[in-house]
Amino acid sequence: MANKTISVTVNGGSKTSEVEPRRLLVHWIREALGLTGTHVGCDTSSCGACTVLLDGTPVKSCTMFAVQADGRRVTTVEGLQQDGKLHPIQEGFKEEHGLQCGFCTPGMMLMGAALLEENPDPSEDDVRWAISGNLCRCTGYQNIVKSVQWAAKRAASEQPGAHA
Amino acid sequence: MFPRSFDYLAPESLDDALSMLAEHGEDAKVLAGGQSLIPLMKLRFAAPDYIIDINRITGLGSVHENGSLSVGALVRTHDIERSELIRRRYPAMAAAAPLISDPLVRNLGTVVGSLCHADPQGDWASVMLAMNADIVCRNGAAERRIPVSEFVQGPFTTTLDPTEIATEVDIPDPGADTFGTYMKLERKVGDFASVGVAVHLSFDGRKVERAGIGLTAVGPANIKATEAEQLLAGAELDGGTIARAADLCAEAADPHSDLRGSADYKRAMVRVFVSRALNAAAAGKAA
Ligand SMILES: Cc1cc2nc3c(=O)[nH]c(=O)nc-3n(C[C@H](O)[C@H](O)[C@H](O)COP(=O)(O)OP(=O)(O)OC[C@H]3O[C@@H](n4cnc5c(N)ncnc54)[C@H](O)[C@@H]3O)c2cc1C
Ligand code: FES
Ligand code: FES
Repeated sequence: MANKTISVTVNGGSKTSEVEPRRLLVHWIREALGLTGTHVGCDTSSCGACTVLLDGTPVKSCTMFAVQADGRRVTTVEGLQQDGKLHPIQEGFKEEHGLQCGFCTPGMMLMGAALLEENPDPSEDDVRWAISGNLCRCTGYQNIVKSVQWAAKRAASEQPGAHA
Repeated sequence: MFPRSFDYLAPESLDDALSMLAEHGEDAKVLAGGQSLIPLMKLRFAAPDYIIDINRITGLGSVHENGSLSVGALVRTHDIERSELIRRRYPAMAAAAPLISDPLVRNLGTVVGSLCHADPQGDWASVMLAMNADIVCRNGAAERRIPVSEFVQGPFTTTLDPTEIATEVDIPDPGADTFGTYMKLERKVGDFASVGVAVHLSFDGRKVERAGIGLTAVGPANIKATEAEQLLAGAELDGGTIARAADLCAEAADPHSDLRGSADYKRAMVRVFVSRALNAAAAGKAA
């Protein structure tokens, strides 16, 4: 069973490695790249802890082979901050106490970040809908929703020409 | 969980994919969204020697109307959920899309993949049964069309040949005056249906011209409620007709008791959903 060489742009940098085709994307990210922010929750496609963005679209990295990502762009939670500055969604989770144990948090933040790209001013319903494939065993979701909405406000106030 | 080892093939044209399939046939599996196949491979319920990933093939990802509606093999459930054309013209599809699995799965899972997977709890097959859709398949240079009602044979079984690729699902023009919906009882977001009902009607004035009804998760495969469809064709949607059609659908259902509910309960829910859908259609006519 032939290995494949893949090149994937991960968090802005190009990563090339040889992988067995059966290697799941999540294991490649965690074990080959050492990016352990992407979690394995259920390993049965049900929880969303393994969420990454593939060309900007949220997917379950436990339900995809690493070879499928060849030539594409992957963003993990480690890629949210830019130049040492936290992404508004990360600040939102801090300000609104959007996490407890933190296990679901990388997936929640990536879902939130992807939502804000499409919908800069989401209602509570919009946020709940967007995170409906991501399970949290701790928070009861309330503060996760608030965190995403906090981030939306922050991002809006950072727009050039916005009134704070 | 690790699937068994396999060779990965990523053809860039449909012809290449078909010749790979012709060579490996029974030993190969087509990979579309992977949202059913990969979980099965992880559990080793599926252990193909070759994976033929069709995601790099161009030309399979479009939704367009040309006398009928063509939904290509790489159209994701998410694409349907967002399509303005679907919302305007194909309300049963628009209603079903957001009720299927969860946003992450919908971003990858395809409509055609769901039909090929033929899970009796899959939602798309009921919608396509109600809309009298055909699957278009290629085998080498040969193309054939199979009505979805003949395509799905039983649990996880279709009439697709191992060397065939389904390239699109083709949905007849619903006409100008239509009604459609999908109703789904699920225990939580992302769960498979306890019961699902797809209803599609084309009207000629106050009369139903064509009726399509598909039932999910109440039999060994999705069920086309043909007797109810025949009763409705040519009829007006009065209370008696609606009640009789709902009864016929409940009789057509063949559910089993399981964790999601008893057989009696599921049958009763089929009756409730069909009657709600038809009442909504009648109310739309009266308005
Ligand atoms: C957590 C979870 C929840 C889900 N909930 C639901 C739900 O509520 N309702 C529902 O209907 N589904 C549900 N699904 C299934 C999901 O919708 C799948 O995406 C879909 O059934 C299969 O589509 P796919 O593109 O992912 O197919 P794949 O997984 O890629 O393929 C499925 C099968 O079809 C074959 N195949 C795919 N495309 C072709 C083709 N073009 N030609 C020939 N063969 C092909 C493959 O070889 C394979 O055997 C759920 C899945 C998950 C993981
Ligand atoms: S670990 Fe991927 S969905 Fe749970
Ligand atoms: S914070 Fe613990 S699972 Fe969400």
